[in-house]
Amino acid sequence: MPFDRRAFLQQTGKLLVLTAPAAAAWDYLIAGEAEKAPGYDAAAHWWAMIIDIERCIGCGRCVQACKAENGVSLEPHYFRTWVERYQIDPDDPEHPQVDSPNGGYDGFPTATKAGVKTFFVPKLCNQCADSPCVQVCPVGATFQTPDGVVLVDKDYCLGCRYCVQACPYGCRYINPETHTADKCTLCYHRITKGLQTACVEVCPTGARYLGDLKNPNDPIHEFLRTHKVQVLKPQMATHPKTFYNGLDGAVR
Amino acid sequence: MPPFRSYEHLLRLAALFAVGAVLFLGLRSVLVPSDYGRLGPYRAGALAANQARPIVYAGQAACVDCHSDVADIRKANAHARISCETCHGPLAGHAMDPAVAAVRPDPRAVCAVCHLPSAAKPRDFKTVNFTEHAGDAACTTCHAAHAPKL
Repeated sequence: MPFDRRAFLQQTGKLLVLTAPAAAAWDYLIAGEAEKAPGYDAAAHWWAMIIDIERCIGCGRCVQACKAENGVSLEPHYFRTWVERYQIDPDDPEHPQVDSPNGGYDGFPTATKAGVKTFFVPKLCNQCADSPCVQVCPVGATFQTPDGVVLVDKDYCLGCRYCVQACPYGCRYINPETHTADKCTLCYHRITKGLQTACVEVCPTGARYLGDLKNPNDPIHEFLRTHKVQVLKPQMATHPKTFYNGLDGAVR
Repeated sequence: MPPFRSYEHLLRLAALFAVGAVLFLGLRSVLVPSDYGRLGPYRAGALAANQARPIVYAGQAACVDCHSDVADIRKANAHARISCETCHGPLAGHAMDPAVAAVRPDPRAVCAVCHLPSAAKPRDFKTVNFTEHAGDAACTTCHAAHAPKL
């Protein structure tokens, strides 16, 4: 390409107006091919998830989608996301019954007992801002990305299982194939390409929402302002970025 | 007190220390990955490794790109917000290469995933006892798949 005065001015103008990564991505963006734009700027995002318990119908589509998208073992007890069903008997509110047959992968059997308070609670990695699993990793194989996602470096993980014990939410497991720690990545391979996470993509009732807290125009801010949300186990001071709307006090 | 002359002791110590330092730095440069610590106390390359997974669910935008006719039918009904792949399953393969056929979902089982009655479902969510409602008939006998309201 001949670098004449016109090209020089165009290039300089772009760099002056845009930041360097945005300038590099500009040609793809104006062509409407944002996904090809190089240099996803992790520091420009801070991902969070909203779980709206009042919308969850326990269909288990999220569990299936998560396993398919991320190649999670179909054996029981390996889940990056799963759905729990709470049943609270008013005569014994201190001891809620919680079940999650195969993580809710195949849905739930119909509850038989009448007069019981019952609801579904989807669970996944809470993407804690102050994560105990990151704290305990002896080799730096688990870490928080600049965009707030807690990831595992499977090529660096020793499989010592400290992080599995440290997670207060039970969100980690040892991958039976690689024998390293594994967990929800918030579909990092999808969200960095502008797609929704698999669980958000397939949720039929909109009970899950992926938001970017660093984007002032993201509807997540409006949602957090107008709803009474809670995080799981706030007393652990892990500062989760998974917010629950309509969370019952019985949920642990 | 005689003057200190046994410099060779100190030299020996210094040499040992230098060998140790070189050994440490050499081993460290071999064992610690080059991208470790660039973004924090972890391998920066692990971000790219996590991003490299192939996509299985194509995403709603990819479906509507070709199937805008179905999107138009769905626009006006209660199912408008539901992603295609909720019922049709993961179809990134089909989105990349339309020759890869998409499997048609079972017209009864796919409805039952959501619409079977359960006390734990929200009060305003529409459920139905399938056997009482329609016997063994497929839901699509009466309800249109993409505009189910009669």
